[in-house]
Amino acid sequence: MGRIQLKQVKKAFGDVVVIPPLDLEINDGEFVVFVGPSGCGKSTLLRLIAGLEDTTAGNIEIDGQDATGLPPAKRGLAMVFQSYALYPHMTVRKNIAFPMKMAKMPQEEQDKRIASAAAALNLTDYLDRRPGQLSGGQRQRVAIGRAIVRESAAFLFDEPLSNLDAALRVGMRMEISELHKKLDTTMIYVTHDQVEAMTMADKIVVLQAGVIEQVGSPLELYRAPRNKFVAGFIGSPKMNLLDGAEAAKHNAETIGIRPEHISMSKTEGTWQGTVGVAEHLGSDTFMHIHGIPGCDPLTVRAGGEVDVKHGDSVFLTPQPEQIHRFDKKGLRIA
Amino acid sequence: MARAVTNNRKILNTAAAWTIGLLIFFPILWTILTSFKTEATAIADPPVFLFFDWTLENYSTVMDRSNYGRFLWNSIFIAGGSTILGLIIAIPAAWSMAFVPSKRTKDILLWMLSTKMLPAVGVLYPIYLIFIKLGLLDTKFGLTIVLMLINLPIIVWMLYTYFREIPGEILEAARMDGATLKDEVLYVLTPMAVPGIASTLLLNFILAWNEAFWTLNLTAAKAAPLTAFIASYSSPEGLFYAKLSAASTMAIAPILIMGWFSQKQLVRGLTFGAVK
Repeated sequence: MGRIQLKQVKKAFGDVVVIPPLDLEINDGEFVVFVGPSGCGKSTLLRLIAGLEDTTAGNIEIDGQDATGLPPAKRGLAMVFQSYALYPHMTVRKNIAFPMKMAKMPQEEQDKRIASAAAALNLTDYLDRRPGQLSGGQRQRVAIGRAIVRESAAFLFDEPLSNLDAALRVGMRMEISELHKKLDTTMIYVTHDQVEAMTMADKIVVLQAGVIEQVGSPLELYRAPRNKFVAGFIGSPKMNLLDGAEAAKHNAETIGIRPEHISMSKTEGTWQGTVGVAEHLGSDTFMHIHGIPGCDPLTVRAGGEVDVKHGDSVFLTPQPEQIHRFDKKGLRIA
Repeated sequence: MARAVTNNRKILNTAAAWTIGLLIFFPILWTILTSFKTEATAIADPPVFLFFDWTLENYSTVMDRSNYGRFLWNSIFIAGGSTILGLIIAIPAAWSMAFVPSKRTKDILLWMLSTKMLPAVGVLYPIYLIFIKLGLLDTKFGLTIVLMLINLPIIVWMLYTYFREIPGEILEAARMDGATLKDEVLYVLTPMAVPGIASTLLLNFILAWNEAFWTLNLTAAKAAPLTAFIASYSSPEGLFYAKLSAASTMAIAPILIMGWFSQKQLVRGLTFGAVK
């Protein structure tokens, strides 16, 4: 079981309110990702759940029990840190065994669990090494191993992949997702990388300045962002936001259109502009088009092989059903 | 050309370092040399440096006249006891200052260190009276407590510096893994800080070993350590330099040997946190 409820949870450091009172419900077995820019309070929120920070007000319930005042050790949660936080003086085996040793689990059971965790995480050959002798990816696996040996109500991940190189990150992302499917345990994952959020989450919580901007499945957030912030944050490359006359035509303060929902032509279209920088990814090309009123530059996703050059004049046509409208406050108009 | 300058400078630096080193070591060297002279050679004018009849007579006299073993044991007990006791108190104190600092932590640290600036003689009278009242005068236990208190600020300060180098996330990880405060200090913090704790232990052992003010003033016969053993050879009837030197050499030999073998740790301890 791993149902976590936050009720009017608030965090302030002195007079500075980092997280204004918020409510959040995380269901058993869900993979929830907290995403937002640096300093948005996502890590603080995770640390509040972990018990590493005290709440200023409000309640945190784990499986229906009030855990607000409980120390981290008594909450039955496991955590993987950004810096891995392995014990450098212990071997991999002892690192993984540490939570079980603290729980005074019988040695036989400990050995069994270490063996199975090591097998699952490809660490069997490294059990007698120290963390200093391992690569970044291996260290991260040890940190995960240490988290999974104890049967926790939920796993908390604090930006666990940000210290890894890009290729390794993609691999570990898949491994964590697979682990979630296998263990079927609640996982809360903090990241600033919206690609990680989109690919891993059952439910994404978008945060800005300590406030939850939207909660929903990745596709819900992609299809119907509740406001301009979520619209700009979810999706890569980010959504184009147009103000002024173009928006007024749609009875809105601002309209948004994703780069993948704009078609490009050399002869005709709604908007005319000039090709600026083109980013060739092989499969796709991201074109930055200048001269579109209300949004400069405007990003368009084109196919891998487009025959336009820097300085060419092009016509763009947005797909009308994919235009998002926002009011003066930046909120979505249904 | 540049290389030549660098080389010259290197030689100059080395020469300077050796000169300063020898200058600092000279009193110890002279004491050791004097301990092998006769009383007459010891006070000869002009002084004799190396060419004299070497004798072990002073050592045998000193061994006959005093119970060196007892003084040595007292020194080991007092220096070792005060250091271990100090560490037991200082580890949790430094832990709280390093990992759960309050607004006043820096002030408290400075205030603690400021007590070291107090002239010891200023508190001799009250401490002497307290010792009489509690029956601690001339006891190893009493002296252990006093020396522990004298060195506690330095122990706390040194450990604090070491603990600050340990990432807080590792301790948080231990907390998440179900470790209690005791487990956290015992299984995670202390093993990680072993090099730091070792240098602190060494330095404080040396400080306590060499401490003379309190050991001379609060002991008489029973609990007297090696400092009192040396002092007993500077008598009002006249100084016997050769015997005094022999006693001094015997008193400093254990700590000198220990210092020689642990110099790496000591240097690390003294310069820790300085370069970062």
